[in-house]
Amino acid sequence: MALVRLEQVRKVYDSGQVAVAGASFTVADGELVALVGPSGCGKSTLLRMIAGLEGITSGDLYIGDRRVNDDAPRDRDIAMVFQNYALYPHMSVRDNLAFGLKLRGASKASIDEQVRAAAATLELGALLDRKPRALSGGQRQRVALGRALVRNPRVFLLDEPLSNLDAKLRLSMRSEIGRLHRSLRATMLYVTHDQVEAMTLGQRIVVLNAGEIQQIDTPMQLYDEPANLFVAGFIGSPAMNFFRGRLGTTPRSQLLCHDAVLPLPPEHLARPALRSAANEIIVGLRPEDLGLCAPGTSAASATSGGDDYSFEGVLESVEPVGNEIFLHVRYAGAERICRVPPQALPEPGQALRLRYTPAKLKYFDASSGARLA
Amino acid sequence: MKARASFWLVNGALWLGAAAALFPLLWMLSVSLMPSGASSTYPPPLWPAAFTLDHYRDLFAAQHMGRYFLNSVIVASSATLLALVFNGMAGYAFAKLRFRGREALYQLLLAGLLVPVQVTMIPLFGLLKWLGLVNTYAGAIIPGVASIFGIFLVRQFALSIPDELLDAARVDGASEWRVFRSVVVPVLKPILVTLAIFVFLATWNDFMWPLIVLSDRDMLTLPVALASLASEHVQDNELMMAGAVVTVLPVLLLFLALQRFYLRGIMAGSVKG
Repeated sequence: MALVRLEQVRKVYDSGQVAVAGASFTVADGELVALVGPSGCGKSTLLRMIAGLEGITSGDLYIGDRRVNDDAPRDRDIAMVFQNYALYPHMSVRDNLAFGLKLRGASKASIDEQVRAAAATLELGALLDRKPRALSGGQRQRVALGRALVRNPRVFLLDEPLSNLDAKLRLSMRSEIGRLHRSLRATMLYVTHDQVEAMTLGQRIVVLNAGEIQQIDTPMQLYDEPANLFVAGFIGSPAMNFFRGRLGTTPRSQLLCHDAVLPLPPEHLARPALRSAANEIIVGLRPEDLGLCAPGTSAASATSGGDDYSFEGVLESVEPVGNEIFLHVRYAGAERICRVPPQALPEPGQALRLRYTPAKLKYFDASSGARLA
Repeated sequence: MKARASFWLVNGALWLGAAAALFPLLWMLSVSLMPSGASSTYPPPLWPAAFTLDHYRDLFAAQHMGRYFLNSVIVASSATLLALVFNGMAGYAFAKLRFRGREALYQLLLAGLLVPVQVTMIPLFGLLKWLGLVNTYAGAIIPGVASIFGIFLVRQFALSIPDELLDAARVDGASEWRVFRSVVVPVLKPILVTLAIFVFLATWNDFMWPLIVLSDRDMLTLPVALASLASEHVQDNELMMAGAVVTVLPVLLLFLALQRFYLRGIMAGSVKG
């Protein structure tokens, strides 16, 4: 096992398109880091550069303490799992697993031994003599994982390994990968566009957008303290609610948002970053930080009842998912989502008062997207 | 009722067509087994009145047919093997390897398809003469080992190989050569079999080029030898037919043996699964 260190690693294609604009981070020995971002954000390119399948335009890449920019993939001692499995179609499962070992000149006895061990770990024992076409999607993905771990490489690279599987299988393979990571103590880089996968598997997450690293942090820190508007909107499902407008102080601290006013705590507006914000800002609130006020509460009674921070919208639709309910509420020209426990609810079309926890408010600059407070 | 009628109509037409195609071949076989002169009677007999293998004996004993057969085997099999190597590697490279000028080079090759073979024969002969390859096996083999059509055929098939498969082999520790040998060639097998049949048939049956480049009697391939035999033994139809059987039979058997792969090869990519 080894650490992976990137220093200003950059990829510019011949066409001039910048795929990765100077990525710098370190994956610690034995750590699982998830690379997440929307399609085309450069996360797969970054992984392929670490694998050696894609040239590095500038910057330095280290595996262990060795700079590997110019090493061929086979000299980097890495293993990669691909989205479409990429099993050798003409070889049996056994030969697929053994191929990498054979190329490294392992003895027949040790190959047998290692293949058997990997097959046992992934419960592939009964499938060893089958060809890939005779396997189901989940089995193929397990063989692909087996092909990676049989070689005991220094680094595992996984490129959207679960996105070709159905939802149920994806869940079980996800926990299988987590289990493998814990038992192998392997250094792993895991690329996905699915933020749930990234949150559940990654010890740390690198969020990428348009070739730029947006934030690198632990899953909960990303969720609670997003560095900018992109991360705030990308991490979390349903996504964070955004209220765009200008700050005002009369008659009270508030956000003038479309045709409505959103009350804000005066101490927030006193913060230097917000006091100097002359332009439009965006206020973010997660769906679970919005709650229902008791039915029939008016603005005045809400204030007197201690629910200082609330707003009234029109209930548009209700999505019960069993253990919780998503409410789509129209307020200030846009649909807001509120996550509440199962309960009796008014019919769609009726007015609804939602309160929110002021401590959970996030402030972003509307033009740059940077976090203000 | 209507479906039944069309069934008989279509199948009847197919049977008629098959009979028309097979009849000359069967008659060739039949005549080759007749005693000398028997086929020239009127009406021409369909079936030998008396079977004889004399003509085959004569071909191999007196007419050096064994030598010509060997020449054809050497030329056609070496050309086939070399064509598989060169077209296989070039087709794969054009489909999957990134190198500067790849598209331009490929366009140039495709444009080359427009030049008729006959036009190139004199310059080609001059080139081989300069290389000292006239009247050698190499002279008969080399012009056929890399063909634009062969490269095109392999490239189109190789385009369907997923890049990840090659990347997986590279990450597994394979050199580019090993990727080609252990992963690409097995995947290309159907198209390589198809190409092998094409090249073998074309080289085996080729008359024009061996006629130009091979002049020594001991170097002749079967079609050329057969033609010179025909001019020496104008009257002996039965001997000619025996020579034709010896020429045609091996490629016919080869084709029948490999047609399973051949069909898979030319259908490849057109139909899913």
